[in-house]
Amino acid sequence: MNRKQKKKLLAVLSVLIVLGAATALVLYALKQNINLFYTPTQLLQAQTYADQHFRIGGYVKKKSVVYDASGTTVRFTITDQTHELSVSYHGVLPNLFREGQGVVVTGMLIDRQHFLANEVLAKHDEKYIPYPLAKELQTQTRQTS
Amino acid sequence: MFHWLNRKFLSPKAFYASSSILLPWLIAAFVLCFSYGLIAGLFLAPADYQQGDGFRIIYVHVPSALTAMSVYFVMAVSAVLTLVFRIKIAAICMSCSAKIGAWFTFLALVTGSIWGKPMWGTWWIWDARLTSVLILLFLYLGFLSLQSVITDQQSRDRAGAIIAIVGVINLPIIHYSVIWWNTLHQGPTITKFAAPSIAPSMLHPLLAMIAAFYLFYAVILLLRMRSQILLREIKSQWVQEEYCHVG
Repeated sequence: MNRKQKKKLLAVLSVLIVLGAATALVLYALKQNINLFYTPTQLLQAQTYADQHFRIGGYVKKKSVVYDASGTTVRFTITDQTHELSVSYHGVLPNLFREGQGVVVTGMLIDRQHFLANEVLAKHDEKYIPYPLAKELQTQTRQTS
Repeated sequence: MFHWLNRKFLSPKAFYASSSILLPWLIAAFVLCFSYGLIAGLFLAPADYQQGDGFRIIYVHVPSALTAMSVYFVMAVSAVLTLVFRIKIAAICMSCSAKIGAWFTFLALVTGSIWGKPMWGTWWIWDARLTSVLILLFLYLGFLSLQSVITDQQSRDRAGAIIAIVGVINLPIIHYSVIWWNTLHQGPTITKFAAPSIAPSMLHPLLAMIAAFYLFYAVILLLRMRSQILLREIKSQWVQEEYCHVG
């Protein structure tokens, strides 16, 4: 590597470092806007106002899902293990919606405890397990706990 | 050392010769990996406990997303070699990669969208992972359109190299987007230092498909580079002797 090449390489590297730092700062500043949803705990701390639409993410609390008589309106509780929020939703639920599943709901607060959703999305985790194995794992954890 | 490397492999003429030996092997390896991955992914791998057979789109989605990012990385490294060391073959590699990478990014976005509708409940959401991959597609398109408006070969290579280098910042953002921010997209399954969170019977076809996609990129890249070499070196003696016989 001769002197000219060394100089150019240094220039390229320093441009990358400066740009990287700038991007990092911008992304850090925009953190609240890049996050897709509030957790119920974050919601308590956040400044909210009436008619504001936002997304809440968390897990569907076990044994909290209740369908009304017509079967199209559903109520459930979203929890992040520390705080909870009761959600009601009218419409079609995604395939992966079930108790214990991670969900992201869009809508607005009726009051501090109740949320009216107009969209429910299901998250799935990064685990892929064949069905028989998953069943076996489930019985194992049930036996140990 | 550099001159030896240059004479043996890096000069367009040497690269043209060695790539013709390499190509059949790459094609054979691709056919092998792809046919195993396809059959194993579609028929041999068991259905997922949550997503059923729907999870099988992973065998197209993950390889195309990984290749899309890797192709950009190859472009960025070639861009540095172009700007700093003026290696001709690096500039050719960079400009020939762009279109392939753009298509892989497009494929990753489309398959992700098709996967997202039944599982998540939406075709598209502006979460950090999906948005940063869309930006990757725009970087590729920006690179391609910039290359198409500049006619002078050298300034075209340099301008492209600058886009390729600047855009490389997006790659760690794509990878860590699901960790740094909360997103609808789940965290990494295999591209992490811990053991992969996927059963071996489902993992093996996936690895075969990833290898197949990389090999496919290599094959198409070499084919494109070979024609690009002939175009750029058309006035040189070896191309004239080889391909432009008079009479």
